[in-house]
Amino acid sequence: MQGLGIEVLFKGKNFLRLLEGLGVTLRISVFAVLLSVPLGILFGMFMTMKNPLSRFVSRIYLEFVRIMPQLVLLFIAYFGVTRAFGINLSADLSAVLVFTVWGTAEMGDLVRGALISIPKHQYDSAAALGLNRAQTFVHIVVPQTLRRLIPLTINLTTRMIKTTSLVVLIGMTEVLKVGKQIIDANRFDYPTAALWVYGVIFLLYFLVCWPISVLAGRLEKRWR
Amino acid sequence: MSIQSINFEFIAKYLPLYAEAAVLTVRVAAMGILAALLVGIAVALVRWYRVPVLRQAAVAYVEISRNTPLLVQLYFLYFGLPKVGIIWSGELCAVVGLMFLGGSYMAESLRSGLESVDRIQLESAASLGMGQLLTMREVVFPQALAVSVPGLCANVIFLIKETSVVSGIALADLMYVTKDLIGLYYETGESLMMLVVFYLLILLPVSLLAARLERRLRFAGFGN
Repeated sequence: MQGLGIEVLFKGKNFLRLLEGLGVTLRISVFAVLLSVPLGILFGMFMTMKNPLSRFVSRIYLEFVRIMPQLVLLFIAYFGVTRAFGINLSADLSAVLVFTVWGTAEMGDLVRGALISIPKHQYDSAAALGLNRAQTFVHIVVPQTLRRLIPLTINLTTRMIKTTSLVVLIGMTEVLKVGKQIIDANRFDYPTAALWVYGVIFLLYFLVCWPISVLAGRLEKRWR
Repeated sequence: MSIQSINFEFIAKYLPLYAEAAVLTVRVAAMGILAALLVGIAVALVRWYRVPVLRQAAVAYVEISRNTPLLVQLYFLYFGLPKVGIIWSGELCAVVGLMFLGGSYMAESLRSGLESVDRIQLESAASLGMGQLLTMREVVFPQALAVSVPGLCANVIFLIKETSVVSGIALADLMYVTKDLIGLYYETGESLMMLVVFYLLILLPVSLLAARLERRLRFAGFGN
């Protein structure tokens, strides 16, 4: 007998399986963010160095990573690295790698923006007060950049969560793939399952990303 | 991969296939961006004029569209909606998806431009006897546009990059062709190289043009 499409979600462990699938991409984004933030801070500081070579190198890295679609980077890591170096990168490892490389570039640019937004007179005033370089950095630069960076970093996290949905295209079993399995398994009993399953996945992503975006927006307003 | 080992025969043979795919990518991107811009203008105006009811709907739309990944939106449109009788081609679906995603990004950029125009200027225009349309055309729009352009340009590049996921709904774009060739012939290096080159051919000119436009408009705002 054909049932209502929505019932398919509550059959067996289907809903739980979808959540587990979502967990796969969320875990990748969490790893990538945790790695990107410290690396990005270092990269941002590297970019603001006066050395022309460091500027040139960081510029090339930033521009290349930013201009390429993330899916292209994912293909390069997943198909290309394996072929070129004979290392067999698993899909999730190449995903973490790529999203860290991408996240570091994005985070680095945010850090750079925050660092250069501090007016020169702040450094001059600190020097006039007799603070040395380390003290200026800890007491003047860090507090001001942090207020600006925290909301932007939270925003980067939502972008990361949205972008990691791409991993289904390199064959990982995440939420969209699990959804497809559920739809295929119930093709005859629940012909309209696709509508409900993909609708729920859509909703799940929204429920994950929206609160984070709201938080970032609030912090940004409060700390302006 | 050394120069000698590059299989030029392979590249020459499949270059036309890539060119065709690039045309599809550009076509989908162009139509999607245009549609997104139209949606963006409508949403920004609704919010700026504070149209009741529609305004709340616009806010909801922006939140939903910005907090879900394009790939998930496309799966819902392409696999989900046919179950309720809305059947469309992959290409139309991709354009609609880009419109849905891009509309909110365009709206936010346009809105930040509109908000940058002080409302007192509206009163000044009114006191000079200028009508609604004239005020919009001669006072608000030129100033708002100058502020919006960097954001709009970034959105255009973002949306072109986002088209890379349309391979997920079986459109034969650059990603799709690459994956196909890697699977069929195992010429991974060459396929990936062509992929990167073609994306650079599409994205570099746009990115350079955007940078030029931004420089040109940097001093266009009123009172800067």
